[in-house]
Amino acid sequence: MADLRSNFVGIKSPNPFWLASAPPTDKEYNVVRAYKAGWGGVVWKTLGDGMPVVNVNGPRYGAIHGKDRQLLGLNNIELITDRPLELNLQEIKRVKRDWKDRALVVSLMVPCEEQNWIDILKQVEDTEADGVELNFGCPHGMSERGMGSAVGQVPEYIEMVTRWCKMHTRMPVIVKLTPNITDIRKPAEAAHAGGADAVSLINTINSIVSVDLDTMAPSPTIDGKGAHGGYCGPAVKPIALNMVAEIARNPITRDLPISGIGGVTTWRDAAEFLALGAGTVQVCTAAMTYGFKVVEDMIEGLSDWMDSAGYTSIDQVTGRAVPNCSDWQHLNLNYIAKAKIDQDLCIKCGRCHIACEDTSHQAITNMVDGMRKFEVIDEECVGCNLCVSVCPVQDCITMEAMTPGETDPRTGKKVEEAYANWTTHPNNPMAQVAAE
Amino acid sequence: MTETTAAPDIAAGRLPKDSYAEQFSDLHPLLDTHEAYVEADRCYFCYDAPCMQACPTSIDIPQFIRQISTGNPTGSARTIFEQNILGGMCARVCPTETLCEQVCVRNEAEGKPVKIGQLQRFATDHYMSTHETTPFTRAPSTGKKIAVIGAGPAGLSCAHRLAVHGHDVTLFDAREKLGGLNEFGIASYKSVDDFAAREVEFILSIGGIDVQTGKRLGTDLNLADLQADYDAVFLSIGLGGVNALGLAGETKDGVLDAVDYISDLRQADDLSALPVGRRVVVIGGGMTAVDIAVQTKLLGAEDVTIAYRRGQDRMNASEYEQHLAQTNGVKILTHVQPHALVGANGSITAIELEKTQSGDDGSLSGTGEVITLPADMVFKAVGQTLVKEDLNGSAGKIVIERGKIVVDEDRKTSLAKVWAGGDCVLGGEDLTVAAVEDGKVAAEAIHRSLSV
Repeated sequence: MADLRSNFVGIKSPNPFWLASAPPTDKEYNVVRAYKAGWGGVVWKTLGDGMPVVNVNGPRYGAIHGKDRQLLGLNNIELITDRPLELNLQEIKRVKRDWKDRALVVSLMVPCEEQNWIDILKQVEDTEADGVELNFGCPHGMSERGMGSAVGQVPEYIEMVTRWCKMHTRMPVIVKLTPNITDIRKPAEAAHAGGADAVSLINTINSIVSVDLDTMAPSPTIDGKGAHGGYCGPAVKPIALNMVAEIARNPITRDLPISGIGGVTTWRDAAEFLALGAGTVQVCTAAMTYGFKVVEDMIEGLSDWMDSAGYTSIDQVTGRAVPNCSDWQHLNLNYIAKAKIDQDLCIKCGRCHIACEDTSHQAITNMVDGMRKFEVIDEECVGCNLCVSVCPVQDCITMEAMTPGETDPRTGKKVEEAYANWTTHPNNPMAQVAAE
Repeated sequence: MTETTAAPDIAAGRLPKDSYAEQFSDLHPLLDTHEAYVEADRCYFCYDAPCMQACPTSIDIPQFIRQISTGNPTGSARTIFEQNILGGMCARVCPTETLCEQVCVRNEAEGKPVKIGQLQRFATDHYMSTHETTPFTRAPSTGKKIAVIGAGPAGLSCAHRLAVHGHDVTLFDAREKLGGLNEFGIASYKSVDDFAAREVEFILSIGGIDVQTGKRLGTDLNLADLQADYDAVFLSIGLGGVNALGLAGETKDGVLDAVDYISDLRQADDLSALPVGRRVVVIGGGMTAVDIAVQTKLLGAEDVTIAYRRGQDRMNASEYEQHLAQTNGVKILTHVQPHALVGANGSITAIELEKTQSGDDGSLSGTGEVITLPADMVFKAVGQTLVKEDLNGSAGKIVIERGKIVVDEDRKTSLAKVWAGGDCVLGGEDLTVAAVEDGKVAAEAIHRSLSV
């Protein structure tokens, strides 16, 4: 059976599933329940200094639902912990003492003054927590006060604060990044330059989930007004995966450990984050939607999959897909695929036809010999995969690669075996002359 | 006619008084909003959707379902009403399992179609509970006068569409209450809360329809006069006669026409006051047979048997209706034909049925083996007929074939200025929705002919 134990920048946990810094990790009560349920670690909800912050007393969450109220995306305007610092520290100390085998990382957010960081790091060290995570990510509320994503959006600040923290604590320092930025590689490079042990990403994305058309206010609405919140949940996973991959591919940060966050709901989601370079994953929305029990299948599912795929440890999975993350310009233009519709599986809904007919390449029939039938017209098919994407039946439409030597009916040209990409294509004005 | 001495057991109030409402409650209760969203989400919004092709009134089903799922049930209802102003009743009574839902691609995917009928009801009920009038505006008056004879589904559909086009419609009906079979024929659990009457009001709200009740073609109205007095006539007179069994003793007490009893049941203020036999035998295999069988069972009859002369697969009642009968405890006895009515003191007490066999050519013959079923009531549900005499001697001129009025694709009869639709015309499907389509098609044809 696969070994799921994780050693992430020296922080050990029995599995790579951590709860992200968020409401589920705000108190001893919740964290103990999480550990009992099997979570490998938690990142304690962000501590601040000075007087505790206050939260709104109205709704903090808004959601995007599927038709059956499946929660697809969650938005929140909750701030960092609103409980006294001393109380949190006491609880952290007690929990760590009682749960030595689990990871306990403490999220921090204090003003960009070195002394503030020195003070709080000292206090956290006294709890014997395993590490700290610098919250440079929260896009709402705290950012208005110059913290959270306001720091995460300025690489120089990231580097500065990270350096302070590395200077003033023996604990591993994980820098949590905001996705509300143009190029995620820049803040990651800054964290790396500041000496960060790891980065974690993504934090939530600036969002307005909906507008109440009766009151003409964004929701969640507090006394007639709404503020943008942070978006998370299954909907943000693709954005998070890309950002993780960008950092993992970047020569400057390729060796920087990553804790992957963003819409992890199943073991498969977790495996995908690992494959793109994450060493652990952090989960919040799935737990907030279904409770802590979801970790059971995350653990079992990941383990079963690793067994079936022949991986024996998390390390073997981490980064496995990174070499296959490419730039567009390096994709093989000689690779030619055609859609193929399995007529036995086809239920004749016609969605592939109308999608292709109205919006793409007119490459799918709706009638053959007077009968309702949907077939790919190879002469027109560019292999775009739209039909596969809109087909409601799993595996009914597949993309089949043409074999070198065959003639592409669309272009009349032979499919070449050799790899060729845009950098050498004659239509590219910047094309490099292929080496003789 | 054989005489026995057993007394028939026919009684009212077989059930506790307060159980009737539950017994005759809505067969398919209205979906709530969440259920409708979830169900609507199952629709794939097919291209050139098979369901739409299968609908006799060509309702744009994917469109109306999508409108439900986008939170626009009013627009959804408008999509339905554009093609079928009786969309509310059709949502309740259409045998969707043999129409739209039969061809739903979800059958291919998982053997479970989208509940199109129930979604249609969701939209139309929403509209009718939030609006006073139909979503159409009457065009300026054309001054043309059209007589619509019979206010069943075909007549109502025709009258509404003509009124929309600005024509002045006079809607005649033999009864005092409009609605035709919707009001007097549909099984009551399919149309609860006086829906048929409410739908009539909804349709009439378009304006321009003058209603004249208690006017029966053949006695109070004369087709030749109507032809002379109106610019066009639409006949939607239904089938006023019922077929007989052709056995001695059909006039005995307890031998009844199913349609009459259903009509009484539909109009009854107090179902517990309606007498019903302890043992009921229904002769026939169509929707009416199922309707009477299930309803007598619901009234408290102990044994209800549908006796049908061929196999169950040949019954005109849909498979769904057959299941409905069986799950309500009705026994379906096949390959038997009525042989003799057994009675005592002028009342029916039993029916003798002869077993049948089918020849290779499909012909049916008795085997000679006779079984006897005790019966306190025997219902005849063996089809209805056009009363030709009602056509007032015009019957000679109006072409009738196989007992029904012949119409062309515009629902035009052989008579000048006369169109016809619904159950009285040849080639009809004997369905509410087909009658609605007839009325709509005829109205458009009449409008075209008057607009030249």
